[in-house]
Amino acid sequence: MTTNSGITRSWRSPVRRGALAAGMAMALAIGGNAAVAETPKDMLVMAKNINDIINLDPAEVFEFTGIEIIANVYDRVMTFEPDNLTKLVGGAVESYQISEDGKTITLQLRPGQKFHSGNPVTTEDIAFSLQRVIKLNKTPSFIFTQFGWDADNVDDSVQAVDDSTVKLSILSDLSASVALSALSSGVGSVVDKQLAMSHEEDGDLGHKWLQSNSAGSGPYILKNWKSNEIVTMEANPDFRGGAPTMKRVVMRHVPEAAAQRLLLEKGDVDMARNLTPDQAAGLAGNADIAVDSAGKSLVYYTAINSENDVLGNPKFQEAVRYLVDYEGMVGSFLKNQYKVHQSFWPSGFWASLEDTPFALDVDRAKSLLQEIDIPADFTLNIDTLNESPFQEIAQSIQQRLGEAGIKSEIVLSEGKTLWPKYRARKHDLIVAYWGPDYLDPHSNADSFAHNPDNRLEAQLGGKLAWRNAWSDDDINALTEKAAAALDTAEREQIYLDLQKRLQDSSPFVVMFQQNEQLARRANVQGFVNGPSSDLVFYRNTTK
Amino acid sequence: MAVVDPSVTAGAAKQPSLPPFLLKIASLAYTLGLTFLGLTAVTFIIGRVMPVDPVIAIVGDRASKETYEAVFFALGLDKPILVQYWIYITSVLRGDFGTSIMTARPVLTDILIFFPATLELATVGIIIGVVFGVPMGVLAAVNQGRLIDHFVRIVGLFGYSVPVFWFGMVSLLVFYARLDWFPGPGRIEVYYDGIVTQVTGVILIDSALQKEWTVFWNAAGHLVLPGIILGTFALAYVARMTRSFMLDQLSQEYVLTARVKGMSELAVIWRHAFRNVLIQLITIIGLTFASLLEGSVLTETVFAWPGIGQYITNSLFNSDMNAVIGGTMVVGMCFIGINMISDALYKIVDPRVR
Amino acid sequence: MSAIPNPGIRAWLLSESPESAMQARCQRFYLAWTTFSANPVAMAGFLIILALILAALFAPLITGGDGIHQELSQRLLPPSTAHWFGTDELGRDIYDRIVWGSRVTLRIVALVGIIVVPIGLIIGTVAGFLGGWVDNLLMRITDIFLAFPRLILALALVSVLGPGLENAVLAIAITTWSPYARIARAETLTIRNSEFVQAARAQGASSARLLTYHIVPLCLSSVIIRLTLDMAGIILTAAGLGFLGLGAQPPLPEWGAMIASGRQFLLDQWWVPTVPGMAILIVSMGFNLLGDGLRDVLDPKSAAR
Repeated sequence: MTTNSGITRSWRSPVRRGALAAGMAMALAIGGNAAVAETPKDMLVMAKNINDIINLDPAEVFEFTGIEIIANVYDRVMTFEPDNLTKLVGGAVESYQISEDGKTITLQLRPGQKFHSGNPVTTEDIAFSLQRVIKLNKTPSFIFTQFGWDADNVDDSVQAVDDSTVKLSILSDLSASVALSALSSGVGSVVDKQLAMSHEEDGDLGHKWLQSNSAGSGPYILKNWKSNEIVTMEANPDFRGGAPTMKRVVMRHVPEAAAQRLLLEKGDVDMARNLTPDQAAGLAGNADIAVDSAGKSLVYYTAINSENDVLGNPKFQEAVRYLVDYEGMVGSFLKNQYKVHQSFWPSGFWASLEDTPFALDVDRAKSLLQEIDIPADFTLNIDTLNESPFQEIAQSIQQRLGEAGIKSEIVLSEGKTLWPKYRARKHDLIVAYWGPDYLDPHSNADSFAHNPDNRLEAQLGGKLAWRNAWSDDDINALTEKAAAALDTAEREQIYLDLQKRLQDSSPFVVMFQQNEQLARRANVQGFVNGPSSDLVFYRNTTK
Repeated sequence: MAVVDPSVTAGAAKQPSLPPFLLKIASLAYTLGLTFLGLTAVTFIIGRVMPVDPVIAIVGDRASKETYEAVFFALGLDKPILVQYWIYITSVLRGDFGTSIMTARPVLTDILIFFPATLELATVGIIIGVVFGVPMGVLAAVNQGRLIDHFVRIVGLFGYSVPVFWFGMVSLLVFYARLDWFPGPGRIEVYYDGIVTQVTGVILIDSALQKEWTVFWNAAGHLVLPGIILGTFALAYVARMTRSFMLDQLSQEYVLTARVKGMSELAVIWRHAFRNVLIQLITIIGLTFASLLEGSVLTETVFAWPGIGQYITNSLFNSDMNAVIGGTMVVGMCFIGINMISDALYKIVDPRVR
Repeated sequence: MSAIPNPGIRAWLLSESPESAMQARCQRFYLAWTTFSANPVAMAGFLIILALILAALFAPLITGGDGIHQELSQRLLPPSTAHWFGTDELGRDIYDRIVWGSRVTLRIVALVGIIVVPIGLIIGTVAGFLGGWVDNLLMRITDIFLAFPRLILALALVSVLGPGLENAVLAIAITTWSPYARIARAETLTIRNSEFVQAARAQGASSARLLTYHIVPLCLSSVIIRLTLDMAGIILTAAGLGFLGLGAQPPLPEWGAMIASGRQFLLDQWWVPTVPGMAILIVSMGFNLLGDGLRDVLDPKSAAR
């Protein structure tokens, strides 16, 4: 037991466990008892589907669960504090100045910070962390390459000027406010240079080691990640914001929503993260459990591949907008966890367009469809993810398409099969979702609206507009203008305009926005579940 | 491979002269090598033809073209497939199965972590299956057509016909959620995680060795439900086959002769009929065990059991080909090993096959 | 079972000295049927499968809908007189879906059986009978297929072929033939050296003749037992593929997929996953009971008693 110092074990007695095991061979059961188990007092145990984690190096992490973990393990250059999720503030830096022309950002280091290793946080570390993202060229590096940075110029563009100052030069037209938002994303994490470099192999800047280890200064220290099994984090008593109350945070991989609910009801976990609307509704009568709602920045949309003559017809795309039973779905299997939302930037943020002009109208869709030439044997595929609620949404759309005379077949796949297909433009209709990489409308506009080169060879697979073979010169110009504009009011106006234009004509039928329901034991308080994975904070949790 | 030994020694005992003995080893090595090549080739080809893109598996769906290409070349995907296969085979022979995309660890390390969990579960399953299945099968055969026969058959049939993941869910609902007799999903309560250092990977053995009895009993408790679920399947199959084989034997003339000679019924059943059934039974038990090893995917999913089945399935969906091939090969080799052992036992027990 | 044969036919069927091969065959069949129908367990299996077939045939007549139409306002209703088995998460009548699903189930098992049995028999008997390098080669191939984690291989194959019911069937067939080959070979090995085969050989029967007339029929019983035993497994594998999005695609009412999509409702709306679970259970049991009955009837070794 010596290895088990910090953990209190207030659980069912081992004697009873022993009796159970002894009875195992006989398959005999021993009298039940209704006592609810309890997790240790200073430990937060979550049930979550964590099969999306594939690595935990902040220069590479790009999956929901991974982002959430590094958000709690690393401090970022810019960040949001749990008490105000809309105010962008300095994290590892105390303050920043933007030059007159908007091309230079000067960051002032927050003094007195320490990494988990005990090393002090220096300007060298900040510069190293940002340069590292560009040099490693992993997926999220595009967030920084839009600053005009590349492997050759990044050493000059990101400079630790002295012990307290870091200077960033923006080489592209991107406005500085977008750049600051981008510094609050996962790639803005501050990495312990000394520790990372001590594990360097073949010039990988410590990448291999950091895939499953951490070198940060955040409130938690990554102790252990076992793929599809468990993630364990331990409190960092030296965190700049004070030591977190929960000494340990454990994420346990439980893929089934029903199993998560069971574990929660039994008290084997403190929190269930992936309940379906029906599971959450089933918890309603349980006084020991509370269900919180948290608006998320994820939007759910149907996209139409414009490469096909019929599908590419704006009339067809408009018809589809009237063939989605928005209210019917939100009133039934999406209840409480999704709301109707019809523009590409989620509602509840700066520059959100809250209009929802479309509703199910089969007759209107029919008359729109009559205006186009549809071959008699026309059948289309609806691709979507093999999980709830995608397959239910797809089936509902299928039924309405059928009522309007369009035959369709549903093809369900795992993401790893679906995304390559989508990126290769091999879909007809796809039901999918999108979340911004950082909380600035540019993140979504760049993907939904911007497609400077529609040729197949261009391979702009990161952009949804390209994937759906849709490009509009006016809209491209508007998107670029918005990203470069320095005036906030002007930017907001362009984004509102863009969202309207895409509602009028585009291959995107944005349908819903997620409203996550998180179920917890009633005694668990203070867990902050923000609108994106970057904004999930464990450190104020108590129980 | 250690599993080869029994049949080799069996051969040696029979034929003491050296050349045939060496020949036997050579032929075994040849067989194993061929199977190994076949296994890797088929998995590798499927992995290559699959529409899942291993690069996307690493870079995700928002990566830029540049990032995509960098990974594409780093994985050697630009080389001809035969070259890729050759590179893979040669590194496997050096003991290097590559690195898993999903876990960012060497595949071999992963297997050493995940495989024991499945082994533990399957062992409990097969023990339940044999301990209950064999006597039930014999009993049913001896009382063919009587009530007890029908009862055993129905019980066995249930185990064989029930959808495993449905049964698992229902039993979790009843025995964990409602009655609270057994612990829930998972291999061990999370707050015991990390107390026992991994030696064999089988928690029961590791915790016993390290005298962490709380952990031991916790892990044992967690084994009960999934063990019974898997065991029910094994039990059903073993009981069915035992009954079938016994009926065969009981209708043989030698049984009639023995009976005519006035041998006691018990002796006829156990000393004669059952002894002959043993041969086929060993093969069946071997096959069942192997199928529990590879077929526990659904049970593992329902019980959140971190076993090799889940590992392979998840890897497949993540297009993590190194992990898929590595995992498949380990399970495959076990399967072949088990078959070889049952073959060897077959030869030892049944004089007719010699 | 139903119509009582008139004495003439009965006499003909029971005649001590059959006058033609045809009559002999009919007699054997009749005797087999008598044994079979006297076995209540086997009959139960037979009746279950019969019911399955009838449900599949008359689905349009015995249901009120197509099992696909959604009524979101009617979702997750408990069993009642209007909806015998309740409704599912999209407000579809579960009874309708179960009945229409019987067609899907039958199609899956029939197709797999048609592919698997001949392949397994040919490979197994040829390997066992000829022995030597042929045996070695065929059994190595069989071993390789046996060595695969079957669900995984099926998954991988469907990933290559593309999702859908037919491809799922093909993938299941490719992964299930190997045990049949092994069983057929094992049987062949024990039969190969038996006296009646030696006798036939001594009379100058060719290898092909020995295989088709002596070996294959004797292997057939074990293979068919195995096939009926496997039916449940086949249905479950198909369900597993459907569950992973690689088998039957929605809204097709495949039972396994119905469990998969309904499993999240087990706690509160138990009927959603329970009804298709019971359907699979009953049909699998039917196949297994039938398999047992067939074994008693078809197995020439036990028939010799």
